[in-house]
Amino acid sequence: MCTTISTTVPVTGAAKGGAGWFPVTAAVVGFDHATGSAAEHAVLLDFVDPDHGPGARVAVELDLAAGRALLVALEAVLAAADQVSAGSGGARAV
Amino acid sequence: MWNSFLTDERRGLVAEVTSIPAGDDSIHAYVARPDGAGPFPAVVLVHHMPGWDEIYREIGRRLADHGYLVISPDLYCRYGHGTPDDVAAAVRARGGVPDDEVVAICAAARDWLRSQPTNGRVGIMGSCSGGRHAVLAACRTGSFDAVVDLWGGGVVAAPEDATPQRPVAPIELTADLNAPLLGIFGDLDSSPTPAEVDRHEAELARHGKTFEFHRYPDAGHGFFYYHRTAYRPESAMDGWAKVFAFLHTHLASPGS
Repeated sequence: MCTTISTTVPVTGAAKGGAGWFPVTAAVVGFDHATGSAAEHAVLLDFVDPDHGPGARVAVELDLAAGRALLVALEAVLAAADQVSAGSGGARAV
Repeated sequence: MWNSFLTDERRGLVAEVTSIPAGDDSIHAYVARPDGAGPFPAVVLVHHMPGWDEIYREIGRRLADHGYLVISPDLYCRYGHGTPDDVAAAVRARGGVPDDEVVAICAAARDWLRSQPTNGRVGIMGSCSGGRHAVLAACRTGSFDAVVDLWGGGVVAAPEDATPQRPVAPIELTADLNAPLLGIFGDLDSSPTPAEVDRHEAELARHGKTFEFHRYPDAGHGFFYYHRTAYRPESAMDGWAKVFAFLHTHLASPGS
């Protein structure tokens, strides 16, 4: 099925693709047909710079469990980062 | 029919990427046709959401090998170029190609075919989003002689599922369909679900349309795709036989 589930988040960052590092201006999060993984559908994470064409893209496909695990890890790291940024120092996510 | 050629036939085919006029500009299209002067029955082949990709070139050549002049326009041509999956990702992020644009491109492909050595019969065929687009373009243009919908998701959709790109579900246009329709579906598919296929079938019957639907209990979405785990070889081969029989009846030898 084509779910057309897709959300785009403007971001500032960088990603490393086949041609090396490039600026990333958007993250696209979706759930739709998988291309690289064996599953019919996957959580799709694309880090892109649309101004530099479709090839300026680092793509990741995850199953739902991996997507949720990544979300938990992200939240833990962000919480630790917030603590560091607030000056408490020393807290680590792992 | 699969594997039915004669070993002393010298059949060949020609395949290439060309550009066709479409609206105010031109777009790429993959064209495959039997070798020879024709005339050939013709098919507009509408690629799926994963893009104007290799499996579609192979499907085009398969149809050409069975006698059809095939054009598969790149629906994503205006959204940049790169590998098919990168371009498809860019289009997906934009919510897909608007239906009006898809219909215009399909009509342009049909018009291009009219300048070619066809027998005057033009069908339209697609899978996944391309199946939906095939039904949509046939209903909107009224200018195709046969329609093949391979597991098109979104033919049946609730009004709340409408998007700016896809404002109308094709089922709402059933009254305008003026060509026979072949539908091939997997019972394990989640879009279209068997219930959605039932609804489409009932709507076609209610309007007295010519159609045939075939459903495969062991199959889900995309079960013709031999490069994916969804592939179901027995159902796929039976489905392909249904496709070729349908196209032969309505395009290659209508009225025979």
